[in-house]
Amino acid sequence: MPKRSIVPFGPQHPVLPEPIHLDLVLEDELVIEAIPSIGYVHRGLESLVAKKDFNEMVYVTERICGICSFMHGMGYCSAVEQIMNVQIPRRAEFLRTIWAEMSRIHSHLLWLGLLADAFGFEALFMQSWRLREKILDMFEIATGGRVIFSVNKIGGVLKDMPAEMLSNFVAVLDGMEKELRETTQTFLDDYTVKSRLVGVGILTEEDAIRRGAVGPMMRASGIEVDMRKTGYAAYDEIDFQVITSKECDSFARCKVRIAELFQSIEIIRQAVSKIPDTEISVPVKGFPNGEAYVRLEQPRGEAFYYVRANGSKFVDRMRVRTPTFANIPALMQVLQGCQFGDVPLLILTIDPCISCTER
Amino acid sequence: MKNIHKSPWLLHYDGSSCNGCDIEVLACTTPVYDVERFGVVNTGNPMHADIFLITGGINSQNEDVVKQIYEQMPGPKVVVAVGTCACTGGIFKECYNIKGGVDTVIPVDIYVPGCAARPESIIDGVVKAVALFQEKHDKKKRKERAAKS
Ligand code: SF4
Repeated sequence: MPKRSIVPFGPQHPVLPEPIHLDLVLEDELVIEAIPSIGYVHRGLESLVAKKDFNEMVYVTERICGICSFMHGMGYCSAVEQIMNVQIPRRAEFLRTIWAEMSRIHSHLLWLGLLADAFGFEALFMQSWRLREKILDMFEIATGGRVIFSVNKIGGVLKDMPAEMLSNFVAVLDGMEKELRETTQTFLDDYTVKSRLVGVGILTEEDAIRRGAVGPMMRASGIEVDMRKTGYAAYDEIDFQVITSKECDSFARCKVRIAELFQSIEIIRQAVSKIPDTEISVPVKGFPNGEAYVRLEQPRGEAFYYVRANGSKFVDRMRVRTPTFANIPALMQVLQGCQFGDVPLLILTIDPCISCTER
Repeated sequence: MKNIHKSPWLLHYDGSSCNGCDIEVLACTTPVYDVERFGVVNTGNPMHADIFLITGGINSQNEDVVKQIYEQMPGPKVVVAVGTCACTGGIFKECYNIKGGVDTVIPVDIYVPGCAARPESIIDGVVKAVALFQEKHDKKKRKERAAKS
């Protein structure tokens, strides 16, 4: 008769950069149920709409999460632009696309590093983060900020990237691509890495749909969903294939994200070659009145923005559904029946971002 | 044994930060910034830690966690608040769930401002913390010696 016990996990845990708490019901070494309890990072950010006006809210939304900071700002701005019927200049849309893809590269590299750290491969962690610094340097050159750079505004963007800078960036990315191939090859070929990832944490296609997973988690279960295909910003002019994998395990999630790194570099190349020479923002007058929603593909999956405004300086309601929130039910599914020792690794494979989930 | 300096160990906890300061703290431990060259090592266990790096403000859920980690750390200890959020509550100060900066629950020795705090300033804060830790340690030793004689 196996012995049952409940082990608390978190909120402060060496592999978790962020606090989340799980109660794991174990039967010997097997997890039979995981019960999450969240709220350690809850700030009540959505309530700030009553205290900050709709322009100031751009800075607040950028601080929903420091990793996809740019895309959060972009989501909120596009929602307000939709309400106010503002058509932003084409160049601004391309710039947003380029920054969004750069954010994706930095986020995926960050994740690869954390994953390597979770299975104890420190050199690989350091390599991934060293490569990531190059992207942050580019952000710094272009905008002055490293992680939170506030270049979105309602009606466009605040800073332009001149043609010369863009071609320099593409050159840096070209160089980076080679190094990336080398580093990611270790993830894909190394025996130790494979032994930790292959066949661990299976999320079948059916379960992924039933649990409503999003982003790379969904794509690694063989389902083609990618909000970029809806053609927001400049994605309608960009040619790319949605990356999926049929294997459904942790290794597949790793593979999908690695492939997306190269895809993002390719998207940036295309965007730089097609970027038109127009203004970067249009003046916006008056206050928003009405409601709108926006769906974006963030590094972790689909984010959903809803904004309702009443014609005054303050918007009525802003609501965000973030990708990690959608992936938590899938995580609970994956945790059922896994080894206790694999729990930290499995939590990482959904690429959790607690601060945006709890806001 | 006089010339021997302590190598303080560092514990990082994410209060209610937006992750911005968090990843910058992590970036500090990677080769480009490398705080470990000052003799500090990142640890996950409060019982091993001498310097407590905390990002983000205090809310009602994590208040006890922060207090508990602080109490678990052996003395002398140094607390570093990283980021505007940890210093004062920052942009989230007016949120209903935020009580304010870290100093509302535990004493803070060093404040590192910035949103997000830049790695350079975090390193500056850590270097100051290392010096302060040495000072606190020496003071404790002197007291012990005085008590003995
Ligand atoms: S200070 Fe700024 S970057 Fe740091 S946790 Fe707070 S909001 Fe995020």
